[in-house]
Amino acid sequence: MMLDASEGYVTADGRQIGGVVMEMKNITLRFGGVVAIKDISFDIREGEIRAIIGPNGAGKSSMLNVISGFYVPQEGEVWYRGAPRPPMKPYEVANQGIARTFQNIALFEGMSVLDNVMTGRLNYMKTGLFAQALWMGRAEREETENRAVVERVIDFLEIQHIRKTPVARLPYGLKKRVELARALAAEPKLLLLDEPMAGMNVEEKEDMSRFILDVNDEFGTTIALIEHDMGVVMDLSDRVVVMDYGKKIGDGTPDEVRNNQEVIDAYLGVAHD
Amino acid sequence: MPEQLVFAMEVVLNGLMAGVLYALVALGFVLIYKASGIFNYAQGVMALFAAMTLVGIMQGQVPFAHLINATFGLHVTHFGWQIPGFIAILLTMAVMVLLAWLVQTFIMRHLIGQEPIILFMATIGLAYFLEGVADLMWGSEIKTLDVGLPQGINLWIDERTFNIFGYGFFIDNLDIVATIIAALLVAALVAFSQYTKQGRAMRAVADDHQAALSVGISLNFIWVLVWSVAGFVALVAGIMWGTKSGVQFSLSLIALKALPVLMLGGFTSIPGAIVGGLIIGVGEKLFEFAIGPLVGGATENWFAYVLALIFLVFRPQGLFGEKIIERV
Ligand SMILES: Nc1ncnc2c1ncn2[C@@H]1O[C@H](COP(=O)(O)OP(=O)(O)OP(=O)(O)O)[C@@H](O)[C@H]1O
Ligand SMILES: [Mg+2]
Repeated sequence: MMLDASEGYVTADGRQIGGVVMEMKNITLRFGGVVAIKDISFDIREGEIRAIIGPNGAGKSSMLNVISGFYVPQEGEVWYRGAPRPPMKPYEVANQGIARTFQNIALFEGMSVLDNVMTGRLNYMKTGLFAQALWMGRAEREETENRAVVERVIDFLEIQHIRKTPVARLPYGLKKRVELARALAAEPKLLLLDEPMAGMNVEEKEDMSRFILDVNDEFGTTIALIEHDMGVVMDLSDRVVVMDYGKKIGDGTPDEVRNNQEVIDAYLGVAHD
Repeated sequence: MPEQLVFAMEVVLNGLMAGVLYALVALGFVLIYKASGIFNYAQGVMALFAAMTLVGIMQGQVPFAHLINATFGLHVTHFGWQIPGFIAILLTMAVMVLLAWLVQTFIMRHLIGQEPIILFMATIGLAYFLEGVADLMWGSEIKTLDVGLPQGINLWIDERTFNIFGYGFFIDNLDIVATIIAALLVAALVAFSQYTKQGRAMRAVADDHQAALSVGISLNFIWVLVWSVAGFVALVAGIMWGTKSGVQFSLSLIALKALPVLMLGGFTSIPGAIVGGLIIGVGEKLFEFAIGPLVGGATENWFAYVLALIFLVFRPQGLFGEKIIERV
């Protein structure tokens, strides 16, 4: 499959994918002597579900951290919506409409589910500090509007029953779902998911897969996700980047990478726990 | 009613009011500790600095007058104007915000991710530096602070209690005003952290830095905000204490009063700071009243610490902290 930056393509299930939203150009990231990412380039297109796979320690999370501004690569450029992105703090990246979840869940444990999801709306709340103190009406209206979005997300992910529960009390699977809810509340243009299904049972995985597909389908959200479970990856994603020891060893549709000999050797050959 | 009980009631009332001030100082610690994991040793000196700045501004003092005079051979000390208390308080608050920004930009920002002990050391350094700056800016002599708060015995209470108990309570007007202001301040802080965007962001940062970043919160901004709020709390505490006992070095020691409160209430709990402050305030006054005469008095210096230590042994997580269970 050869692609032009401006042109899209049509997926196997007939969805129209648009132009390039995010492009990584020759990214290299080192930690001291460890090269976590070695000269990798790939792009993410409007409306697609893009997977990043690879064995443990391949550099997948590092890549997601580069996209979200948590890591700063030593070499290479990140292009977002057709322009090179200057070095940015994670919060600035978030302000550009990029939301994410973490491999090791990062929620506000002391807050309720509702409050956690509300933090996803912080970027939309513009009333300043003094205006909030002096001009209660406007601040209140803003709160109500954002609250409505949050309630929709909560309904969508079917977590109404735990709205008021402190996050610390939730089981692992539900925490993952709350983290997704918080990211969705930001109505992101690009959603980054680091192993959204890790540690879940079969049923929870099925639910999560359905949510990811629904998000992409209903809101047209572009999604980049890291996942270990090959079955899930094949079902969900439109295109896959394969990494191994910091290098890119494959890039294409699930069928293409599945039949790529280097990928079979490096990834599928490696036993995974 | 037995006489002793009536006296004890007066003692409890006075203890409650002292406790509110302790709570206020402790709150300054809790705010910064929650948001950044920094135990701010300089909190007491910030109160001193705020009070000195307030007096200096009100009296139209030339800041750094000694330095200026020594350098340029001048003899300036005052601008020759007086500034009303209310405006001076606003100006002082602006200075405290500036201080917060300076501390964050030139010190704390460079220490992100360091061990807590290093951060603690940095605040010790800050405390002594700030004390020096305060002396250099405003001079080290004892000053009186009068922003117009009422002082002296409250006659209304004196009269009423005399009519009821045959003994008039001595309650200082300043204590009453301080209690009301501190209570309002605490209420405002709680409302701020619960219901405003910045308050929500502050709680988020206190809970998890990574997660806060991922939803678009600038840690730097929040930390400047938190240090500003702590500066505001220090200013209020400085005004109360400074009005009561003059603006002098010992004002910075009110921080020592906050320590047992924190041991009692926990370092991360706002309700803990409030309840802890009240318990210490009432506890030390009652102890002094009941036991003090038997042991020769002056128990107020150490009672709070003993109470806090006993408490620490049985409930190390503080009044409202979650029980700490070691994972093995
Ligand atoms: N903050 C860091 N400091 C030092 N080394 C790091 C850091 N983050 C990642 N690394 C190293 O970079 C390499 C890639 O790690 P990364 O977490 O990106 O792998 P991964 O593909 O996400 O693995 P997994 O499947 O286990 O999550 C590893 O060798 C790791 O030790
Ligand atoms: Mg990873």
